[in-house]
Amino acid sequence: MKVSIQGVRGSIPTSGSETAYFGGNTSCVTVMEEEWMIILDAGSGLQKVKLPDPSTKRVDILLTHFHMDHIQGLGFFSPLFDPDKEVHIWAPSSLTQGLLSRLNKFLSPPLFPVLMRDLPCKLVLHDISNSSFEIGPFSLNSEFVIHPGATVGFRIKGKSGVFAFIPDHEPALGLKGMIPDKKWVSGYELIEKADLLVHDGQFTIDEYVKKIGWGHSSMEDTIQLAEFAGVKKLLMTHHDPAHTDSKLQEMFTELKSKNTGNLDFGFAVEGMEIEVGY
Amino acid sequence: MATYDIEIILNRQLADCLSIPVFITDTEGNLIFYNEPAESILGSRFGETGEMPVAVWGTVFKPLDEKGKPLPPEGLPLVKTLGDHLPHHKVFWIESLKGKIEKISVTSYPIIGRMGKFLGGVAIFWESKDI
Repeated sequence: MKVSIQGVRGSIPTSGSETAYFGGNTSCVTVMEEEWMIILDAGSGLQKVKLPDPSTKRVDILLTHFHMDHIQGLGFFSPLFDPDKEVHIWAPSSLTQGLLSRLNKFLSPPLFPVLMRDLPCKLVLHDISNSSFEIGPFSLNSEFVIHPGATVGFRIKGKSGVFAFIPDHEPALGLKGMIPDKKWVSGYELIEKADLLVHDGQFTIDEYVKKIGWGHSSMEDTIQLAEFAGVKKLLMTHHDPAHTDSKLQEMFTELKSKNTGNLDFGFAVEGMEIEVGY
Repeated sequence: MATYDIEIILNRQLADCLSIPVFITDTEGNLIFYNEPAESILGSRFGETGEMPVAVWGTVFKPLDEKGKPLPPEGLPLVKTLGDHLPHHKVFWIESLKGKIEKISVTSYPIIGRMGKFLGGVAIFWESKDI
């Protein structure tokens, strides 16, 4: 199973020389197994995604939630405009509004010139919640996690390992932070003993205390969470738009000096490809 | 056991921030969390007892009506909430661990999750001001 990082930035695309190394595109990751590809999140990183085989009929896009930085690439993804393609979109349920209606809010004027009903592809929508489902060779679990609005994380099991993806998550929300009991940790079952976890690590601990409740994690909390859940490799993502390459390098050096345990951790970089398992 | 739904986790995190006694149960009435102010009512610490089956924690309280007669469990707000998944409120008396009769107000509400599923109940004990 190969995981490719297509977008790492949180909140807003942040292009320029100061973010060229880690990348400026918002949330998007592709996962390949055999000839199957699934796409996680449709941030601006999605526009770079190419199908492994252009003749592939089916495309699966799994959205963690509907914040703009996770869907803004959707309207620029060419398979949506190809009548020969069947595009499956999987996204968190809402009791008050259907998936079509929520997607329509973005994919319609005045925010976008093309109406969803005018998209030439065959669109198949799947509402998910705390769900288990299969896509090709992948077994997937989705679960609601702590983040404003309906938001899920994913656990994806391929032939060679387990990949967990929770790009927006605040498991430490509360008076005393994360409760060190696996029954009481948001997202625990998604990430337990994962071979690779790509998880929110937007803030430093000093930044986090000023932004509690915004739905994101400090890097320190994310490391604690990954260690607690027995994750093998952690990549932190959803980099703050204000964190330039040099700032992120400094933060990484500091984190490494403070966290000398066995966890293999780092920051997600656009273009990174990771073989999961084995 | 599986991780609790985030609606339950967030209720616990909220209860942890409050200065009023809060009890959280699962759908069967088993006590899965009580906060620090609730510890003095139960006479035990959550850190020591952990979760408590309904048969154990349900006997701690001795609810009484205004005439001092025992109230049946089915008349208590949280028991009603667990049965009908609706909020309830009642003023009654309890015998404290020290044998003192105290008037309290109890509000209970169901935790109905994002998908409309009943996940558990919460009881808040308000100190009655007109004792």
